[in-house]
Amino acid sequence: MSHPAQRQSVTLRLTLGAFLTIWLMLAVFPFFWTLWGSFKVEGDFFSRLDWRNGFLGVKTIAETGASFTGDGYVGAWIQNAFWRSVLNTLVVTFFVVTVSLTVGTLAGYALSRSTKRYAFWILLAALIFRAMPHITLVSGYLLPFFQLNIWGYLPTAIVVLVAINQPFTIWMLHSFFESIPKELDESAMMDGCSRFEAFFRVIIPVMWPGVVTTGLFSFLLAYNDFAVTAMLLSQDNQTMVPKIASFMGTTQVQGNVMFAVAAVVSATAPLFVLVMVFQRQIVSGLTAGAVKG
Amino acid sequence: MRNKTFFWFVAPSIIAMFVFIALPIVSVCVQSLFIEQPRVMIEAESCGPFGCDKELRVDEEATIKAQLAHPLGQFNGLGTYIDRNHLAFADIATRWQSTATIGEFFRSIVLLPFYRALAFTLTYAFVVTPIVISLGFLIALAVNTLPNLLKGPIIFTSLLPMIVTPLIGSLVLFWMIDANGVLGASLQWLFNDPNLSLKASIGFTWITLLVYGVWQSTPFAFVVFYAGLQTLPQDTVESAMIDGASRWEQTRYVVIPHLIPLATFIALIQVMDNFRVFEPIVGFNAEASAISLSWLIYNDLQGRGVQLFGSAAATSVMTIIGVSLLLIPVLRRVWHDFSRKR
Repeated sequence: MSHPAQRQSVTLRLTLGAFLTIWLMLAVFPFFWTLWGSFKVEGDFFSRLDWRNGFLGVKTIAETGASFTGDGYVGAWIQNAFWRSVLNTLVVTFFVVTVSLTVGTLAGYALSRSTKRYAFWILLAALIFRAMPHITLVSGYLLPFFQLNIWGYLPTAIVVLVAINQPFTIWMLHSFFESIPKELDESAMMDGCSRFEAFFRVIIPVMWPGVVTTGLFSFLLAYNDFAVTAMLLSQDNQTMVPKIASFMGTTQVQGNVMFAVAAVVSATAPLFVLVMVFQRQIVSGLTAGAVKG
Repeated sequence: MRNKTFFWFVAPSIIAMFVFIALPIVSVCVQSLFIEQPRVMIEAESCGPFGCDKELRVDEEATIKAQLAHPLGQFNGLGTYIDRNHLAFADIATRWQSTATIGEFFRSIVLLPFYRALAFTLTYAFVVTPIVISLGFLIALAVNTLPNLLKGPIIFTSLLPMIVTPLIGSLVLFWMIDANGVLGASLQWLFNDPNLSLKASIGFTWITLLVYGVWQSTPFAFVVFYAGLQTLPQDTVESAMIDGASRWEQTRYVVIPHLIPLATFIALIQVMDNFRVFEPIVGFNAEASAISLSWLIYNDLQGRGVQLFGSAAATSVMTIIGVSLLLIPVLRRVWHDFSRKR
């Protein structure tokens, strides 16, 4: 940017800088504050007297003798068995991601290679399905699931989340496979491979960037879900997000808000790591639909 | 690709979507036509120290038996749709007659649960979306002028509000705006009003939820616009500069026209997604001041005591109709792209 006409005036530069600083503060301060506060006692995190107590931990020192305390974490993880929800979340997200990618890769590949009109109709139907609010689908599941006696179990929630995930997954993988030249698998088929063999030998080795990106979004959907997991899982099988929601009811009565704060921080930390590691994939995934269309 | 091979490749995905998305929609439509069985009552004599009384009691055994025989409940036709908790035609008619002015009439309508939810849902969708688009655009423009070294960390930070679980994001903000929380207390100090509470009034709660919505969705608009800026045709920008266009003119006549299709895309997606607003109402504990259509369904299903399947289903059907209306422009766009490609 050495062109003179593109050089910015000092005022413009300052305005932009100030604007961005404000936005970044808005984006990051709530998380920083909650992380910091999760190691304090309630009297500091919700300080009637002075907000600076939240930073300095005046009451935390008075009550526990140190300026940081892990009481919230002990209370959430051990006393309220948050570890169980963490395990449930691990199981749910692992299976949702692997199953939806397996099923979605096959479908996305076929949809990208078909020139028939019905392939378009499938994609259009998927688009309509993607727009359905999850809670309306849940209200369709509950009664049949009670009748079939499959309500409350992890596999039920996993299958439902995989299905809800499908429309998005096949759209994303379909547009990714379209960017892989058809000649690649067609030449393999010329050499005598069947369609399946061509898929396994030629496509699978080159498809990983698209699959990783799609997998990230499947993970986020399963991890962040509240409507499905809150309504379809029994108390013991609850994943982190509905568990935190149920904390809110009980902890506020017992004065243990800090348990909920610690649980919230525990559930947010993996997402931070995820964004840090996969930032490029997330950005490319978000823009895949937009920039092309 | 041969039809048979195609079928085997797509079958698992199609079956999953059919069973768990298409069928539930049908199931919701059917359920909305039924209503819970009334409880079976029996007359029982209860004797206490002051003699015997005859009273009506719920016959638990017979009620459960009746429920098992007809899990859907009784057929109710469109009755649920027009009852007081949904479209409430009867209430609207009486209010139309009893209120003097149009304004008063609307204010009384908005007290009915379904219209209360609809009013907030639509406000949320159509207020948050334009703000998100303009704010995202400004952030993208600002980030684009920075040196490359800074871009990475700034994009990382900007993504956070969007990636974090909606329920968790709203809880984090909810704690901060608590009267004893860091923001709530600062606002009290700023306005010098020790009783100021963002949770207490309907207006403040609506504003809080809208601000949350903007905070949560702006990163998406920012990322899409930022990616669009990377594909800006450099020769057009250069010829505009040679013609002596100022920075503002370059933005107005080159950058914005280039990004307009992206803005439409963001608008369509955002209106649809924001129409589903649900988690913030749970997170902010806002149901006393603001409810959405999705929250109404959740509330019926969560039912302390009895789950109201019929009522939830009727709201679901109406929500699906609403989403379908918002979908029409999206589908037209996809259809247009598809026909152009062929």
